[in-house]
Amino acid sequence: MSPARLPGPPVVGVLAIQGAFREHIASLARVGAEGREVRTSKDLDGIDGLILPGGESTTLRLAGGESGLLEAVAELRAAGVPMLGTCAGMILLADRLSGGSAPMIRGLDIEVRRNAYGRQRASFECELSIEALGAEPLRAIFIRAPWVESVGPDVEVLAEYAGRAVAVRQGPLVATAFHPELTDDPRVHALFLDTLRDNAMPQLRSKGEPGVRTQ
Amino acid sequence: MADENGRTGTFSVKSGLAQMLKGGVIMDVTTPDQARIAEEAGACAVMALERIPADIRVSGGVARMSDPEMITRIQEVVTVPVMAKCRIGHFVEAQVLQSLDIDYVDESEVLTPADEANHIDKRGFTVPFVCGATDLGEALRRIGEGAAMIRTKGEAGTGNVVEAVRHMRTIRGDIGRLASLSPEEVYAAAKEFRAPLELVEQVARDEALPVVNFSAGGIATPADAALMMQLGADGVFVGSGIFKSEDPPSRARAIVEATTHFEDPEVIARVSRGLKDAMPGLEIGPLAESELLQTRGW
Repeated sequence: MSPARLPGPPVVGVLAIQGAFREHIASLARVGAEGREVRTSKDLDGIDGLILPGGESTTLRLAGGESGLLEAVAELRAAGVPMLGTCAGMILLADRLSGGSAPMIRGLDIEVRRNAYGRQRASFECELSIEALGAEPLRAIFIRAPWVESVGPDVEVLAEYAGRAVAVRQGPLVATAFHPELTDDPRVHALFLDTLRDNAMPQLRSKGEPGVRTQ
Repeated sequence: MADENGRTGTFSVKSGLAQMLKGGVIMDVTTPDQARIAEEAGACAVMALERIPADIRVSGGVARMSDPEMITRIQEVVTVPVMAKCRIGHFVEAQVLQSLDIDYVDESEVLTPADEANHIDKRGFTVPFVCGATDLGEALRRIGEGAAMIRTKGEAGTGNVVEAVRHMRTIRGDIGRLASLSPEEVYAAAKEFRAPLELVEQVARDEALPVVNFSAGGIATPADAALMMQLGADGVFVGSGIFKSEDPPSRARAIVEATTHFEDPEVIARVSRGLKDAMPGLEIGPLAESELLQTRGW
């Protein structure tokens, strides 16, 4: 019933509760995708992928939890919708959090330490070599960032900094400890779109459309 | 293995934290308990200070940086960023706050100014600064000195949003006017704004401030917060408005929700329902010039 690929650019939702969501939408535009602000569960209808941006993870958990938005996101994740989590978004996607806090959306077989580098004074930018993004190093901005303590066997480590994994991929999920949306370099978003195409979920495009039956 | 080439305290790193706070509410807190209430209500950061502006207004005297002990105790109980205020021009208070590992320093007109001619040269600090502004020229002068975030001043401690509205509209209006100028007119505009030419040119080109701009000073209700967001604020500071109200946890939560869903009147109506009394407000008209906080700073 549904075509394998719909015409037009992919639609990527960006959780717009708090943080640099507009910058993610601008980065998506640079790589030919359409960004859509997601504030309520119904904004999730028909998206091809979702970005969980930076922001304060405590704030995101509260704001998203009460309205049922985070549960709706967790359902989409379980259904295989590709997601990119940056900074706080990486925390949301982690299966395990150091220090025993409860995991939130889950899906990535990693343990993440929040505010791992320390408070703002320790925030930094650096050049990262990321093989999957080509030879040119990526300028990466880490703001009160987490790092990945440990990864499961199916997790691909895309980048490390000072001996810690800071960018990972597992199936349709990509996560970075840094903020690719704060620079003009859209290569992480391009990599996410590739991941999204490899894991296209055509049936989701028809979800919520009346009269569509898959038989 | 990747080498450790990290650089701290760059402008991208300083202004980047403000980017992460956008769409959020930063709340004044005076005790660890209040800090916990604020965090649990969804504050994206807290401002640790000994006396909230409404009390400073009543008790008078010289208002200074808070006791480091009190700031440290607040840092210990929350995971969200902790901000603290230093006096305008008091660069040693700023050094102290940086040494305490504060996440953002507010060089604030709410405290008694320490220097009537000069603001702090903020460029040399690793810790980022937020500063108040009443118009575009003032905002750009602060950014020129190294501020990585701006907030409109409003009139702190009054529970009256009128000045916050005035300052936000003024900044937006100034930006719009600047964007309509031809390149040769921008020189005269920079002179008029008393602001660095390159920053004025940048604003004229981008039609936006180069840093995040929050609203502050007089926000007391969920509708106030949504008003400021609809007028173009990136987020809001709520000082006295929460812990001078009758039911701080509910009001804090309601203001956070109204800030997220600022374009949805139904949400604002729902969260405003049954809130106990807001802080008692002050008319600003009858205040003497010497009682105004917004005129501090230059």
